[in-house]
Amino acid sequence: MSLRNFKIYRGDDERGELVNYQCEVTEGMVVLDVIHRIQADQANDLACRWNCKAGKCGSCSIEINGKPRLGCMTRMNEFEEDQTLTITPLKSFPVIKDIVTDVSWNYKQNQEITPFTPSEESKKKDFVMMQKDVDRVQEFRKCIECYLCQNMCHVIRDNEGKENFSGPRYMARLASLEMHPMDTADRIEDVKDKHGSGMCNITRCCTEVCPEEIQITDDAIIPLKERVVDRFYDPVMMLFNKIFSKKERQKTKSKVSSFLKMFF
Amino acid sequence: MLDISGIKRLQFDVLVIGAGGAGLSAAIAASQEEGIRVGLVCKSLLGKAHTVMAEGGMAAALANVDERDDWKIHFRDTMRGGKMLNNWKMAEIHAKNAPDRVRELEHWGAVFDRTRDGLINQRNFGGHRYPRLAHVGDRTGLEMIRTLQDHGIHQGIDIHMECTALDITKDDSGRVSGIVCMYRETGEFIIFETKSLIFATGGAGKSWEVTSNSWEYTGDGYGMAYEAGAELIDMEFNQFHPTGMVWPPSVKGILVTEGVRGEGGILKNSEGKRFMFDYIPEKFANETADTEEEAARWLEGDKSARRPPELLTRDVVARAINTEVKAGRGSKHGGAYLDIATQRSAEDIKKKLPSMYHQFKVLAELDITKQPMEVGPTCHYFMGGIKVEAETSMTTVDGLFACGEAAGGMHGANRLGGNSLSDLLVFGNLSGIKAAEYSRKLKSMPKIKDEDIKRIIKSATSILNREKGNNPYLIHEDLQKNMQYNVGIIRTKKEIIDGISRIEKMKEEFKEVKAAGSSQFNPGWHEALALRNLLISSEAVAKSALLREESRGAHTREDFPDENKDWLEYNIINRRGKDGKMETIKEKRGFPDSELKRIANSSIEELENEVKKDHEKLMPKV
Repeated sequence: MSLRNFKIYRGDDERGELVNYQCEVTEGMVVLDVIHRIQADQANDLACRWNCKAGKCGSCSIEINGKPRLGCMTRMNEFEEDQTLTITPLKSFPVIKDIVTDVSWNYKQNQEITPFTPSEESKKKDFVMMQKDVDRVQEFRKCIECYLCQNMCHVIRDNEGKENFSGPRYMARLASLEMHPMDTADRIEDVKDKHGSGMCNITRCCTEVCPEEIQITDDAIIPLKERVVDRFYDPVMMLFNKIFSKKERQKTKSKVSSFLKMFF
Repeated sequence: MLDISGIKRLQFDVLVIGAGGAGLSAAIAASQEEGIRVGLVCKSLLGKAHTVMAEGGMAAALANVDERDDWKIHFRDTMRGGKMLNNWKMAEIHAKNAPDRVRELEHWGAVFDRTRDGLINQRNFGGHRYPRLAHVGDRTGLEMIRTLQDHGIHQGIDIHMECTALDITKDDSGRVSGIVCMYRETGEFIIFETKSLIFATGGAGKSWEVTSNSWEYTGDGYGMAYEAGAELIDMEFNQFHPTGMVWPPSVKGILVTEGVRGEGGILKNSEGKRFMFDYIPEKFANETADTEEEAARWLEGDKSARRPPELLTRDVVARAINTEVKAGRGSKHGGAYLDIATQRSAEDIKKKLPSMYHQFKVLAELDITKQPMEVGPTCHYFMGGIKVEAETSMTTVDGLFACGEAAGGMHGANRLGGNSLSDLLVFGNLSGIKAAEYSRKLKSMPKIKDEDIKRIIKSATSILNREKGNNPYLIHEDLQKNMQYNVGIIRTKKEIIDGISRIEKMKEEFKEVKAAGSSQFNPGWHEALALRNLLISSEAVAKSALLREESRGAHTREDFPDENKDWLEYNIINRRGKDGKMETIKEKRGFPDSELKRIANSSIEELENEVKKDHEKLMPKV
């Protein structure tokens, strides 16, 4: 057991400061435990969000020494005993109070996505889908909506970026729908225009902070960009698309240079 | 005088409180009814409710993996798991409807693990005769809540997040007329006028110290329903999940899915003995393997082999671990060893149990593909809850409905793993439809009385306005310790009486509770508001536990160690008496439908034969 030093942001979006606290840290404690201890003993009104305390709900997203992390999955023994930990709210979203931020913008992005759309005919029987065909979709569905990727994305950090790009979380959601074997909706135009896939220039910051280790950039964003390029920027494919239906198009994957991907 | 004219008011036909699996299902079902305005209120952000933590799967007799499965067998398993105390009709409705609800979830976008034929895969779980749990690795709850969320947001439901419900209002005739709530972010109050109200508020697992439940589980639905005059049933049946983490201390209680045992995990004591073979109850002896050799054959898929004893029902396994620890054969930190490493390849473990692998790796610095886990019982689930009518989910208060863990009866004295997620879907759906029907019959909105609104708001704000008072966190910690030690897994009269008298003392302390700071996102205030409901729930648990002088399912009395058949005739009801104090009474159970009784009491061989014939009749003739 040892007495450790913490600096926690107290305040709202307009005014606030880092306040010093000390807390006894015992074996196995995570950062969220420290916040709870301080809340119970020293600062009853210290606002923080949390639910499952096991990395499954994605509520306790904060920045610890400037890095976006889940409070419940960050162990105190990662840090040196004499190191002061600085705990601050997510930078990309407005602060409500202390380390709680207003993440409602993310919910608005989700609302804009065309939901899963199976055909009426397919619903009359049990879906038949092979495991290998849903592996990729399941990878995206591991997402716990902690918004660490959204927070880290430099496009979203910039407020204007929020108007043009739905962010990595929703690229992964769009990919999970586009790659669902039973889905019939076409979201590729939306991916480009409404959700702004072209805004991402593949710096992979989102993938690095994902606590579920979802390969957001490689498995979701790049394939979506490829589909956009195929549809809208490849002259041969544009002609091809005019002739064939969506499902046939998906069967034929065209090769697109990584150079094109960087820009669209 | 308190001026309430400036407080925002909204009107609904159906308002759902709680947005876990049950609440979302209820809201979606109600929203499909024409002309019904639906609202949904949740204490957390949408998609974060406790359903997200459910791991193993949802039980439904789809018969994708074992074609012998049928609703009748699922029903029989459920009744036997519940020690025959289940509400017969609810258990029937559940078993019959679960498959359709699972398919519906797939149509809304859930992506379950697949069988080799590309159908929904199903896994084994404690107390289920066949592989029955539709699942997605060990994150089925997340899949369920995300699917319902992503579908639900397109159904025209008006969603209010981070909003705490305070109390119900009723009109002069005693009907529900609305509910007063508070936005956690701003501390502002809001009045919802509604024709009907569905409580999908979960349980009160935060009453105990070692619990798998999150902060939300404070029995809000139990407290508010009780205050409004509804009855609580079976509150003495609190499920302690046998496998919670025990080390390190900060994660004590976090759930380790039963899926570990479903996938072949075995339990050992400090002497390396696989002890569950010593704890097979007579009732299950015919259907349980009695040698390691037979258990191993079962794991390999031999249909003639019987199930390993690790897959006995949760009450049995939790008590066995408790007994081993008390006898001095516990693991290093006072639990049992759960070993999957010697039973499955590292690759299999990572594929089938990815989040368990991750959870132990990060939180306990332990690699479950190489080392055994340490596990012990953790408070997990309330079988009891608000008493409802089986066919409609309506409580004893007109216009108040309840579903999911908030409602009692369906699971009897012990719930089978996997029956919770299916319960959320089946009864969420049913309550949504029935509440909409009820609301449609009402011509006008029932009246809310101003004095009720004022009373509710005043009682909430007085916690902030007091000059000084008691720390809500410390009262809550005392309550948790009290429930852990006096009304825990193993109970005796003396300790329960002590527990009740301490709760009485805490109720007095609660009257002087004080939260410092403003009303904006103030966790101290939120904690204090939840305390009332925790205290009501705990009192109901303790008083019911004292009255039931037998051991049945999850309720274990050391001083009455056996099941008593006379008690099978009774449920225990808690309600607010005329003097304002809690009444705890025995209530005679209704007679079961004779056909249901026959199915539940059939031997497994008889019932399997019957089901085989049923299925043959349905098969098209070649």
